[in-house]
Amino acid sequence: MKTIYEDLNKRFTMSGYKQQRDDLAFVTVDKDQLVNAITYLKDYHKFTHLAFVTAVDWLEENEFQITYLLHNYELKVDLGLKVRLDRDNPTMDTIHHLWKQARVYQRELHEMFGIDFPGSPGVNDPMILESWEGPPPMRRDFDTKKYSEETYDHRERQHIEPEDHLRKQLYPED
Amino acid sequence: MIDKDKYKDVNPVEEEVKTLESPKNNWYVDEKTLANADLPEEEREWFSDARPQVVPPIRWTPMEKFLNWARAKSLWILAFGTGCGAIELRPLLTARYDISRFGMAPRPTPRQASVFMIGGYVSLKTLKRIVRSYEQMQGPKFVVAVCSCAINGGMYWDSYNTIKRIDNYIPVDVYVTGCMPRPEAVLSGFQKLQQLIMDGKAEGQNLYAEKFDWYKANQKKVIKDWNMPDYNW
Repeated sequence: MKTIYEDLNKRFTMSGYKQQRDDLAFVTVDKDQLVNAITYLKDYHKFTHLAFVTAVDWLEENEFQITYLLHNYELKVDLGLKVRLDRDNPTMDTIHHLWKQARVYQRELHEMFGIDFPGSPGVNDPMILESWEGPPPMRRDFDTKKYSEETYDHRERQHIEPEDHLRKQLYPED
Repeated sequence: MIDKDKYKDVNPVEEEVKTLESPKNNWYVDEKTLANADLPEEEREWFSDARPQVVPPIRWTPMEKFLNWARAKSLWILAFGTGCGAIELRPLLTARYDISRFGMAPRPTPRQASVFMIGGYVSLKTLKRIVRSYEQMQGPKFVVAVCSCAINGGMYWDSYNTIKRIDNYIPVDVYVTGCMPRPEAVLSGFQKLQQLIMDGKAEGQNLYAEKFDWYKANQKKVIKDWNMPDYNW
């Protein structure tokens, strides 16, 4: 893993290398160089499997973080690439030309976090949230409880003490 | 439905004027027909505009009792697993619980089924399909809501796209509590439903027909992209 990182570090500006296990490491890449870095990893280091693409909302730092996890079948190691985006204008380059399944992840991120991937096929179509009106629900400043109370009907709780209930059942004549 | 007798005496000239004046060009629309207003204009004529109607019980009581007995003994379940509770339906079909001794069987399409089992949480996207399937089922039809999520939201009580109570959107005859209920509990729920049918108390279908506007308003309140006819059958 360390050799792969050193090779990468010569070509791209990287930071924050963190080895979590023997076969799992994370590294932070610049936003402009990410697609180049992933292409390089796929073609030369045989990271041929895209495990997932996910996002984290760092609300306090006003940033989104997208994580791409790649897997190498020969060395049996995982490498995660992290990218930081501006939260006010979240736009990221698409990687659907490398792996076709990436467009599903990108569609989901567009729907749940509002991160735009220009050029990704069908990224604006609704996937899970049909007819959604409102902010993307997985952002941390979205209040799900408030939204749920405003939108959906609530059933009032019936408070029954177990003691009273049992007494009524066992001694109905009292 | 076009009421021919009502318009028998209308002067054809007047009728023409009416047709021209009305914006939708359908002069027969009144309070009793559905507008299907959310469909595109060229598709409105493809679908029926009739409302569901209340089916009163037969006046001759022994016949109604016999029919209720027959209905209770052949409940066919629509195999539409809306949530995790649908997992509990599979053990019921095995030899251990053997639901077929009560005359029950799973059916693949809504047209053949008479019991709709709501299994667990109902998301917005599923609710649209549930409404459509429920309306396509032929009467007499009954609904069993399984799991606490269908009753009051359960663990999804603050979720952004889960319906908290299903009985505001379609009528429910029997609830089965639990998260999740054991197959025995589901079985006892079905037996309770049979008892209700035999007593003639499972009137969910008629309730839906009576309070159709209320149910429809509730459904349209949450389903924002309503692109189907108002009543599918």
